[in-house]
This record gives sequence, C-alpha cells and structure tokens, in this order.
Amino acid sequence: MNWEVVIGLEIHAQMATKSKLMCNCDASFSSEPNTHVCPGCTGQPGMLPVVNKQVVDNAIMLGLATKCDIRKLNEFARKSYFYPDLPGGYQISQYDKPICENGKLEIEVNGNKRTIGITRIHMEEDAGKLVHAGSDNIKDASYSLVDLNRASVPLCEIVSEPDLRSAEEAIAYAQKIRQIVRYLGVCDGNMEEGSMRCDANVSVRPKGQIKLGTKAEVKNLNSFKAIEKAINIEVERQIDILEDGGEIIQETRHYNEATNSTKSMRSKEDAHDYRYFPDPDLVPLLIDDDWILKVKNLLPELPEEKKERYINSLSLSEYDASIITTEKETADFFEETISYGSKPKETVNWIMSEVLGTLNQNNLKLSETKLTPKLLAELLILIDKNTISGKIAKTILPEIIKTGKNAEEIIKEKGLAQVSDQGELKKIVETVIKENAKVVEDIKNGNPKARGFLIGQIMKKSNGKANPGIANELLNSLLN
Amino acid sequence: MNEILKLSATEISEKYKIKDLSCSEVTKAFLDRINKTNPELNSFVSVSEKSAMETAKIVDEKIAKSQKLNLLEGVPIALKDNMCTNGVATTCCSKMLVNFVPSYDATVVEKIKNNNMPILGKTNMDEFAMGTSTETSFFGSTKNPWDINTVPGGSSGGSAVAISALQAPLALGSDTGGSIRQPASFCGVVGMKPTYGVVSRYGLVAFASSLDQIGPFSKNIKDSATLLSVISGYDAKDSTSQPNIKTNYTELSEPKEIKIGLPKEFFANLDNKTKELYKNITTKLSNEGIIFEEIDMPSLQQGVQTYCIIAPAEASSNLARFDGVRYGYRNKEAKSLVEMMELSRSEGFGAEVKRKILLGTYVLSSGCYDIYYKKAQQVRTIIKNDFQKAFSKYDILLSPTTTTPTFAFGEKSNPLEMYMNDIMTIPANLAGIPALSLPCGIINNLPMGLHLMGNILEEQKLFSIAKKIEQILGFNLQNPYWEK
Repeated sequence: MNWEVVIGLEIHAQMATKSKLMCNCDASFSSEPNTHVCPGCTGQPGMLPVVNKQVVDNAIMLGLATKCDIRKLNEFARKSYFYPDLPGGYQISQYDKPICENGKLEIEVNGNKRTIGITRIHMEEDAGKLVHAGSDNIKDASYSLVDLNRASVPLCEIVSEPDLRSAEEAIAYAQKIRQIVRYLGVCDGNMEEGSMRCDANVSVRPKGQIKLGTKAEVKNLNSFKAIEKAINIEVERQIDILEDGGEIIQETRHYNEATNSTKSMRSKEDAHDYRYFPDPDLVPLLIDDDWILKVKNLLPELPEEKKERYINSLSLSEYDASIITTEKETADFFEETISYGSKPKETVNWIMSEVLGTLNQNNLKLSETKLTPKLLAELLILIDKNTISGKIAKTILPEIIKTGKNAEEIIKEKGLAQVSDQGELKKIVETVIKENAKVVEDIKNGNPKARGFLIGQIMKKSNGKANPGIANELLNSLLN
Repeated sequence: MNEILKLSATEISEKYKIKDLSCSEVTKAFLDRINKTNPELNSFVSVSEKSAMETAKIVDEKIAKSQKLNLLEGVPIALKDNMCTNGVATTCCSKMLVNFVPSYDATVVEKIKNNNMPILGKTNMDEFAMGTSTETSFFGSTKNPWDINTVPGGSSGGSAVAISALQAPLALGSDTGGSIRQPASFCGVVGMKPTYGVVSRYGLVAFASSLDQIGPFSKNIKDSATLLSVISGYDAKDSTSQPNIKTNYTELSEPKEIKIGLPKEFFANLDNKTKELYKNITTKLSNEGIIFEEIDMPSLQQGVQTYCIIAPAEASSNLARFDGVRYGYRNKEAKSLVEMMELSRSEGFGAEVKRKILLGTYVLSSGCYDIYYKKAQQVRTIIKNDFQKAFSKYDILLSPTTTTPTFAFGEKSNPLEMYMNDIMTIPANLAGIPALSLPCGIINNLPMGLHLMGNILEEQKLFSIAKKIEQILGFNLQNPYWEK
C-alpha cells in the first residue's frame, strides 16, 4: 500500500529574557544548583506569581512573525501534577486561551514550497531539574537531587498543524522556527543545550484517505538529526504494524538516540488528568492594539523579507540571498560590509566560503573575531582594484581575523601588492618562456593544459603577486 | 484588671500623644494578659514577647523625643498564624507546617513592622483556615471568653478571642467565606473583610485565592477603619491587588440619608428569638431615620453550594505544594517517591483539609469541570450582578452575621452543618464586596452580630454607616472573662 506520513511538531523555545516568567530571578543558565531561586519559584507558602511582561512581548513578536492572530484577553491556567521538579504542584501555562493562534509558515524542501499551519503559541513555565544518584531514573535511584534554577524559566510552546508530510519537511520547519526565534532574538535556538526542544506527533494513513491515522507522540528529540531519525523509524514502525494487520495505539514514545529506537512511555489511558483551571492568582491579561503596535515596531526584518530585498535591490541570486540570510548575524555582517563599498555578490562568496570557513576551522563565531565588516570591505576593494589577487587576499584573511590589522597595512608590511607593472611583469614572463622551451612547444602544438602550467610558473616567480589578467595578455603577445 | 486592656486602639494612640502611657507599658500589659489567660483560652499558638518589647522601646524613644507617630504606631497587634513572618514559625495550625519558618514577611506584616506596631504573637485558627469553629487546629481548639464551653467560631477564632478576652487591642484575620466575620460575631467584637484586592495577599498562605482577603479585628468601627488604613494599598507583588485605591478610611463623616436593603433570603430560616432580635434592631434604627426595605436576591440561596465547589477547587491546587519535598512534614519511612508524597500528605493534613482537597480534585477533573467548576463560576457571576443591582438602590445591605449564637465544642460533627455556619457571609466573598460584623445583641447570654455589606471599594461608606449604627445600638462589649 501507498502510505502518507502526517507529522505535527510541538516546539518549546526557551525565552532569552533576563528574569523568569513569574518572579524576578535570573533566568540564565547556572551550573551552580539552586542559585537562581527565590521563595516564589521554589513554591513556598504564601508566594504569588507576577507575569514578566517581556515574555508577553516575546510571544507577541513570535505570533506576528508567524502571522498568528494575537488574543486580546489572555488567561493563564494551572496544569496540575505531582513531581519533585515542580515546586508548586502545578505549572503555570495557558490552556484554552493561548496568546497566538492560526499562524502559518512557509518552508521549502528540494525546491518545493509549502505552507505549514501553526495551531497555537502559548506561554508557560519550565520545571526544575532532577539529578538521580546511581540511576538515570527516579525509581531506581538511591536518592535524587532537585535543582530549581530552571523552575519558572519562560517557554513559548509553538504547536504546528499536522501539515508536515516527511522527516525532511519536519526538519525544514524546525529550522525555520529556529531561524525566526534567532532573528527575533527571543531564543538562542540551541537544541543541544535544550533551549529549543521538540516533540513530534507522527501518524500514517493510506494515500488519499482524509481521516487522520492514530498518532504517537515522540519525545526527546534533541537535534535536527534526531528529529529526522526518530520520525523515520517511527513511520517505519507504524507502517510495519499496519501492514501486518495491526493497530496503532495512541501513546507517548521516548526516542533513544544511542540505539536509534523509540520506546513506549505511556498510553492514552495512563495520560495524566492535569485538571487545568484559570490561575486565580493572576488576573486576565489584556493585550490591546497599542501593545501589539508597540511590539510590531520592535520587529526586525525577517529572513524572508531580507531575502526578497537582496534579490530585488542587490541583484543576488535566490541561492546566495538564501544562504546569506540563514543567520541574522551573517546577514547583518554582510549588509554592513557592502555599506563600505564592496560588491554584494563577491561579499557573499567571501563571507560564506573564506570567512566562515576560516572561523569554523578555529571554532570561532563571527562576533568573536577581530574581523569587522569594514576590514573585510577594505580587503575586497583591494582585490577589485587589482592591488592584490584573490589568492593573496585569501592568505592574508587569517591574519586580519587574528590581529584586526587592515589589509593595506599587512600588504605593505609583507610587500604583497600585486605586480601590474608591464615592464616588471614582462621580464618574468620572458624568463619563464625561456626556461620552459618544451612547454612552449606543447602549446604551439595545441595542448591547452600547458598554458596553465606557464601561468602557474609566472605566479610562482612573482611570489603570487602577478596580476593574472596582465600576465595572460603578456604571455599571449610574447608567444605569438 | 489593668484598665489599659479596655482601651481601644485609637484611645491608646491618643494616650501616647499626650505621653500618658508608654508603649512598653501597654505592650507589657497585653503580654501579661496573654500569659495569664492563654493556657485556658489557647488563642495564641506563639507569643513573641522579646521582639514586641523591642519594638515598644523604639516607639517610646520617639515618644520621648516628641516625634510625630504614624497612625496606630506603637499599638500592639496579634496576627493569624497563616500570615508569613520572617524568622518566626508560620504553621497554619497544621501538622504539615509545624516547623515551617518563612524567610520573608507577608506584605501586611511588613506594613505592621514598618509602622512599629509590636507583634504580640500568632493566633490559633482552623487548619489552613478551613473550618468555622477553630476546632480543626493541630494545636487544639480555642475557647470563647463568653462561655468557655463554646467555640469562638472560625477560622480566625484565635484573633477574635484575642480582642474579646482583652489579649490584644487589634488583630488580623483572613476571611475566605466568613472566617473573620463569623468569629467576630461569636465573640462579640468587630470583624471586617475588605473588598477583594484592597489588602495584599502576598505572604498569606493561600486557601482559596479568589476568595481570601485579610482584614482587621477590633473593639469598635473606628479602630477597624484605622487599621485598614494601615494595611491596605496596591501591591505589585499581588497581581489581584486593586490599583489606584484610596487607603485612608479615618475620616468617617456622618452619613445623611441611609437606605438599607434587607435580603429576604437571609431572614427566611431564623428561629423566633433571632428574628425578634433583628426586628427590634431594625425598628430601633428606623426610629433614628434609617430607611429599610426588603429585597429579593434569590441567587444568594446558591451561595454555599457555589462556595463548596470554588473554594475546594482552588484549595486542592494551592495545597499541592505541600508534598514533603522541600519543606514541611515528611514521612521518613517511605520507600519511594509516590509513597513519600502520599504518606506525607495523608499524615500531615487533618480530616477537613483532606476533605477539601478531595472535593476540589474531583470538581476540577476532566468531565467534572464543566458540570461543577464552570457552572459554579457562572452562578458566582449572577451573585455578583445581583449585588450590583442591589447597590444601585441601597447604600448597604444588612443581615444577621450568623443564624444562631455560638455552639458547644463537638456539637456540629456533620461537615455540611458546619458549612452552613457561613450561609450569610459567603456571598460577600463570592462577590468580592466589603462586609463587616458588628456586635448588636445577646441571645442566651451569647453575642450576636449585625452583618453589613457594602459595594465594591465603598469601605468609607460602609464604615461611616456602621459607626452610626454602632452609636445607636451602644452594645456593651464586656464579657464574663474580663474579670478573670
């Protein structure tokens, strides 16, 4: 049978705010347990929550960026369950009145563009962390320690419609979400460190069938690779069951990256009754048009808009525009560089291959080097003016990155300026012709490869400083 | 009997002004009274003699330097043991929290401390404020000074007795369904529940968040209004706190024409003696020019039922934090996490608290939410609207605070019977309106209260009318225990 895969993703994005969702504690990561805590986020008697308005701003921003409707009258609800990492015995979340609904996002896989619906985005608190002694679970541990630094750290949960049809689409969607949260600056999108977490609802149905198949929720997907692998093996598992005449059980499954397999955590029957009800400690949160407008004005240019602008006004190709806008940091660097007069197309090439290549080798980020957009522009302009060759430029880039000196200074120090002087170059070309009589013979006999060898020799003799264009012209005239 | 003990709070303030009394003298007098009477009455669960006397010393220095004192500065006060006090045990009179010492002050406690009011101690209460007789306290019940064989009411029984037995000139209680007004009525003192949000709930151990409100106990209306002036005000730490409110209630002008509504539903099931008492009172007040009219407010009949869904629902969630993990009682023999939580909660909570948690968990569970919790919220809205309609015609509404005077220990063993004690007082919590109980008469040698309800944020009007009624009725606060 021909099966269709149906996937919906639930992405938890940890908000990069200064303080927690319901108290003033530092929301940043701390390795020292229980240092970012107060009576509020440790659930002590008599304490009351107060909503961090910055989180609301972030959620509105996310909603606007994904074309959601923003709810005017918001409500926080308590989601109740007992667990030692949940100090209040309930998580403050949103239930039937989430802040954002009915959004959409465009993704592209192998040249196919598709629009993916966003069901809802809501705000909620994170729970604390447990460390088990002598086991990886609380049941078998001799004791467990509780670290509440993460308790009440703000999250936005972004829930997609079951619109994704393959693991590739799921990844493209997750990457798009990551790109947006990073552009907005609301979340650092780091999956390995858990500041972006993903659960996948996976089901299959015979192609053409409208009714959705029974789904399984796959948890613990900590990387894009894990999303891909977990979805694929889950799809395979479900198809195997169905083709053997079996039935899919609605359940939650835990993905194990080491063994690349999923294991049942709990079935629908064992699902918690969370007893959601509006939190009586918090009054309904009214978001008026002024508030939305204020946030709208804070919205940065989003990747799609940037890409369009680069294509239309900088004449970049769709491919170049797309790769240079992947990360906001890179796009910003690009724009500043061309503002100093370098050419857009060349600037993209240099940033994507040379600059990022060198940085990757040294495990550095763009923000961590001494290379500034101005320095890069100066280098590229020197190439453009034929002061140096591209090859020379590539050799001095690492030094700029390391020292922050400008290109001109390095060229002067090392005598690397390109030789464009006809007289000086002519001497070199003549010497090369003289020393390689046999090669010259080959050229005259019509071997085009031999020509390249002579150019190489010219470059070598000039220590790479020969202007390749002029050297070529001279070679032509001297050989004829 | 030390004459100081009979003074009202505002009278004590006056004495400080003219240097007729020192704060140390006053504080000492009340501490002595507590030490003498508490073994029998059991109204205080802890007494903070040392810190009270230290505060008194600060005030006396100010008095000596003829510095101006703030409202009620230096007047001693007792606090119900569900208000968090930094460094002093706050137990909610539950085995669960017997050893719990907060590292923070409730906003009201901070205000009291900033105002140099010596804190005499923490008062007895029903466990987690759940009860109407103070019999559910882990520390044993409190006795009513009018007759030590009877209950003082609850849940703020200890605070009511502190005033009634002259152990403190002022006290704070909390009121979720009548927990200030009902014990005030049973003990023959003034007890007041402000508009929801007028006093910060920050640091008050929650019973039912949307109903809980802190309020004053005192000998008279003037003291009540003055103490509310000290403890009220917007608090950014409490999201349900009322913004932009007037917080000075000390200027109580003589109201001109007073129009009072009498909800028929509140007078329907009274026995003859009670009916007669309130008939006499309204006649007496009518003679002084106050206008009374009977009104129909049928939704009030649903008050107790509505409360019995909303309060336990919120409580079941509020009390989930007491799981034995971070603080409070923990069963140390448990072999697993689930067992530890189950045993800690089973052993740490008393029967009434467990009953509330079970009820609340049930009404919030999936499938029950719409039938119970949601419906109860809808009825609550109807009750609110009915009050708004009533206040468009009347300045205040009046009823008895309770249907009967206090009762003997153990007399009401059926929980449903106990819940009916709050039949008159619950609607004010559901509607969030201010209400108070004023002593108004005696039945079988036991005091009865007059329950006055005002419109939202109209504390000033409520106090002004109450003060006038207080003058007309001239109730004598003295009970047999004053001579002990």
